[in-house]
Amino acid sequence: MSPTSIFAPVSTPADSIMGLSIFVLLTVAAIFVVVFGLLAYAIVRFRNKRNDDRSEPAQVYGSTQVELAWTIIPILIVVALFLAAARVIASVQDASRPAGALEVTVIGHQYWWEYRYPKLNIVAANELHVPVSDPAHPTPTFLTLLSADTDHSFWVPRLAGKTDLIPNHPNSMWIDPHEPGLFLGQCAQYCGVQHAKMLLRVYVQPREEFDRWVREQQQLPHAEMEGAAVSAGQRVFASTACVNCHTVSGTPAKGRFGPDLTHLMSRDTIASGAAPNTHKTLRLWIQNPDAIKPGSKMPAMGLSEKDLDAVTDYLETLR
Amino acid sequence: MSTTTITLTESELPVSRPFPLRLHEWVTTVDHKRLGILYVVYALAFLTFGGIEATIMRLQLIRPNNHLVSPEVFNRMFTMHGTTMIFFAAMPLVFGFANYLVPLMIGARDMAFPRLNAFSFWMTALGGLLLYFSFLGGDGLYGGGGAPDVGWFAYAPLTAKAFSVGHSTDYWTLSLMVSGIGSVGTAINIIATILCMRCPGMTLGRMPLLAWLNLTMAGLVILAVSPLTAAQLMLLVDRYLGGHFFDTQAGGSAAIWMHFFWVFGHPEVYVLAIPAFAIASEVIPVFSRKAIFGYPVMVLATVAIGFISMSVWAHHMFTIGMSSGANTFFVLSTMAIAVPTGIKIFNWLATMWGGKIRFCTPMLFCIAFLFQFLIAGLTGVTLAVAPVDWQLGGSYYLVAHFHYVIVGAILFALFSGFYYWYPKVTGKMASEFLGKLHFWLFMIGFHLTFDFMHIPGLLGMPRRIYTYEPGRGWDIWNLIVTIGVVFQAAGILMFAVNLVWSYYRGRVAGNDPWDAWTLEWSTSSPPPEYNYAVVPTVRSRRPLWDLKHPEDPDWRYE
Amino acid sequence: MYCLIAAEAAIFTIFVVAYVFYIGKSVAGPQPKEVLHAPIFFTVCLLSSSLTIHAAVRKLAVGNMAAFARYWVLTIVLGALFLFGTAREWAHLIVQDGFTVSTNLFGTTYYSLVGLHGFHVTMGLLALLLVALFYFKARLGPEHAERLEILSMYWHFVDAVWVVVFIVVYVIGA
Repeated sequence: MSPTSIFAPVSTPADSIMGLSIFVLLTVAAIFVVVFGLLAYAIVRFRNKRNDDRSEPAQVYGSTQVELAWTIIPILIVVALFLAAARVIASVQDASRPAGALEVTVIGHQYWWEYRYPKLNIVAANELHVPVSDPAHPTPTFLTLLSADTDHSFWVPRLAGKTDLIPNHPNSMWIDPHEPGLFLGQCAQYCGVQHAKMLLRVYVQPREEFDRWVREQQQLPHAEMEGAAVSAGQRVFASTACVNCHTVSGTPAKGRFGPDLTHLMSRDTIASGAAPNTHKTLRLWIQNPDAIKPGSKMPAMGLSEKDLDAVTDYLETLR
Repeated sequence: MSTTTITLTESELPVSRPFPLRLHEWVTTVDHKRLGILYVVYALAFLTFGGIEATIMRLQLIRPNNHLVSPEVFNRMFTMHGTTMIFFAAMPLVFGFANYLVPLMIGARDMAFPRLNAFSFWMTALGGLLLYFSFLGGDGLYGGGGAPDVGWFAYAPLTAKAFSVGHSTDYWTLSLMVSGIGSVGTAINIIATILCMRCPGMTLGRMPLLAWLNLTMAGLVILAVSPLTAAQLMLLVDRYLGGHFFDTQAGGSAAIWMHFFWVFGHPEVYVLAIPAFAIASEVIPVFSRKAIFGYPVMVLATVAIGFISMSVWAHHMFTIGMSSGANTFFVLSTMAIAVPTGIKIFNWLATMWGGKIRFCTPMLFCIAFLFQFLIAGLTGVTLAVAPVDWQLGGSYYLVAHFHYVIVGAILFALFSGFYYWYPKVTGKMASEFLGKLHFWLFMIGFHLTFDFMHIPGLLGMPRRIYTYEPGRGWDIWNLIVTIGVVFQAAGILMFAVNLVWSYYRGRVAGNDPWDAWTLEWSTSSPPPEYNYAVVPTVRSRRPLWDLKHPEDPDWRYE
Repeated sequence: MYCLIAAEAAIFTIFVVAYVFYIGKSVAGPQPKEVLHAPIFFTVCLLSSSLTIHAAVRKLAVGNMAAFARYWVLTIVLGALFLFGTAREWAHLIVQDGFTVSTNLFGTTYYSLVGLHGFHVTMGLLALLLVALFYFKARLGPEHAERLEILSMYWHFVDAVWVVVFIVVYVIGA
């Protein structure tokens, strides 16, 4: 079963769309069967026979009744489809926001996702955590979609239809997943060279787990600065250009161009899902990002092997 | 009225005209027939380039995390593929057919403005060359040539100087502006010709459907290409004069580019589709041996499609965050256009009904056109339902849908037209054997590729990605889609071989090999430069039917 | 010519839409009412040139070559005056107010719209000058009246566009 199928919804918008899709697909399938049936019949029944006498068949120029029939019936079908569509458009786009809704601001970047939880004072990147929503007492997540550069699109098929992130044009969407799990998607509006690797990972968690994640994200990084290697790494981080792009809370690093690294090690992947978050890939990413995601905006820092090891060790303390 | 024509065919002229002289004649020609052939040959060359670009993409996507080409190259491929196919393959094909056939079918000796005609062709040709020069010129940031890589619809702000460094985007902009001038010139010519140069007796209600449909197409070109030109001018102002039309940092709007582009982009697909309908409307009656069913309704439906097509553009923008009211409006207008379109399908079907269908190659392609256009229209209806588009728009389902329209419907109809009018243009019959081989190979390839392409879309695969993750269930479908390319290529090869082989070795066609009914079949094959020695006078929609059936002429029933 | 006018009208429509859409949206820089002064005199010049070109073609049709020449030259002068007015306005805006196409959204849309129109006036003027040249080389006669009628349609179109631009830029936007 594909993890990104539109036919496996776990959230109301995706669910409404699936219901509508099935209705629409069945309708057009019926139309297809009828018209194709007529075409197939015509080809067989009215084919020129081998022993044909070369006379011309009766010339029929038209028929007003027939034209009316096949105008009115399609109009009725169109009206039915239109009304079905209008209903779902209203229910998804104009849904009211309940009091317990979680608010997340999503900012699209070339080629990563920034997540800000304004009321919880959290800044995260690339992996979106939301709580499960009980259909009886919904706790949906409302996403405000912004962009820092070009157009992007947030598409996690099992949660909702896609909505674009357009600079200077805030959008919003909502999800209310009623099942915990990891839901995948990716950027769905061409945004440049590494559009293909701007992957989405949405972690839907039971309430207690989500609250625990929130608490961990709200803390400063564990100040486990034991040993020379770690503080050496932090020195390299601070003195090289890293701080121009990245933020680590509680330190002078306050760059906003790249992902917030405060809780880097709480993520399963790096480079917006392009690679798993392991020592080896992290080190490779810092050494030569093009080896993992050629064309990403992270430059190769040209660090010495020693500095590279030190920085990687330092980053691995950012839990 | 006599139909004997005194013709001075090319073979009666001195045979040993040197090549440079003949080349000069072709380059300086203002004859609509020659310009039509130039358009078509040009288009076939660019169809090949576009096909190569598609093949490269499909080979890269044959399996996940493939490394056949870099993301930079892939992104250039899909941009160039789309731009080439729409502007330098499909449009020139459409203009080529219109140029060759419209004057002949309305009993005229040429287009209204022959020099404008030549100018328009050469502008279009220049546009294509300029676009392809980008592979050599331009200085993209990543080196290795600067073909545009912003997608064929070049959304802002990706096209801003900040995000598209170098000149690759400018090649896109300028080449399309240049060819746009050519398109508008041709459209003006078509309209003037049809309105002013019909032969005596040919009222608007008696002209072939092909003329009506090309008239509608020309009207759409005039109204639709201009917005694209305007938007591209604005883009140039942004990129070179520091303007802010689409500069979101200065308060500009990225969405307004989308509106301007799709105001062009949607009517554009009807510019391509309506001439395809025109071909079907000529071929199906002849090979069913019946008059077209419901001629007035077909005209009305086409004009309705033309009008409505100007009001549906934002169905390409359902995901950008328009209000629910706006989304709902565009669902309605898009659904509305399905009604006259369906009416046309039913009328073609009714033409075949009760007829004596002959399955020559042109008719095979038309039947496939009907079948595929039906499916394409229906998947279009599914996408017109905005919430469904929220899932499936921008995915491979959408890519499958529009290729079903452009390849499955439009290209198939164009192939039908090729085989139908090939005898008229060359004087020789195309090989039925090679034609059928082309047909079946291409059918297999087309369906392998584009039927199965819907599935990755339903499973969440977006478009314009140079590679994809394994484990999403997309792998097998991408493999099948790529395999289809082989059969399509083989089919096109048969087509090319047929065009050339039949020219030299085909059976002599004579004036009217298909026993057809419109004026072009009354003159020689190929027609003389002046088309008709004596300008014909007509009394009905099928003047040759009247001549062949004096006991039962059409004008008694119209 | 009608088809060409339709196509050009579509282009202008897009620029007008952009102008109207961006009214009031400039983030910084001068607003229209701060820097714009409606060019009434030059507008009158351009609009009257429609009358003079109409008269010129009428005179040509009846063979009154001298009157035709007077009206035709007058048309050219009025059109040139209009362009001069635009140039003067722009010189003031750019040099005095430091207001250019890149200043803000208003600048971009203003210069583009008015500039596009001015470009069309220039093209029209060149055509008018060409006709004047033919006249002075004694190559023009009443038999050309229909062609000049068609050319004058283009000129009327350019004037009509100015009416729209004037209203949108100097009345509504300011």
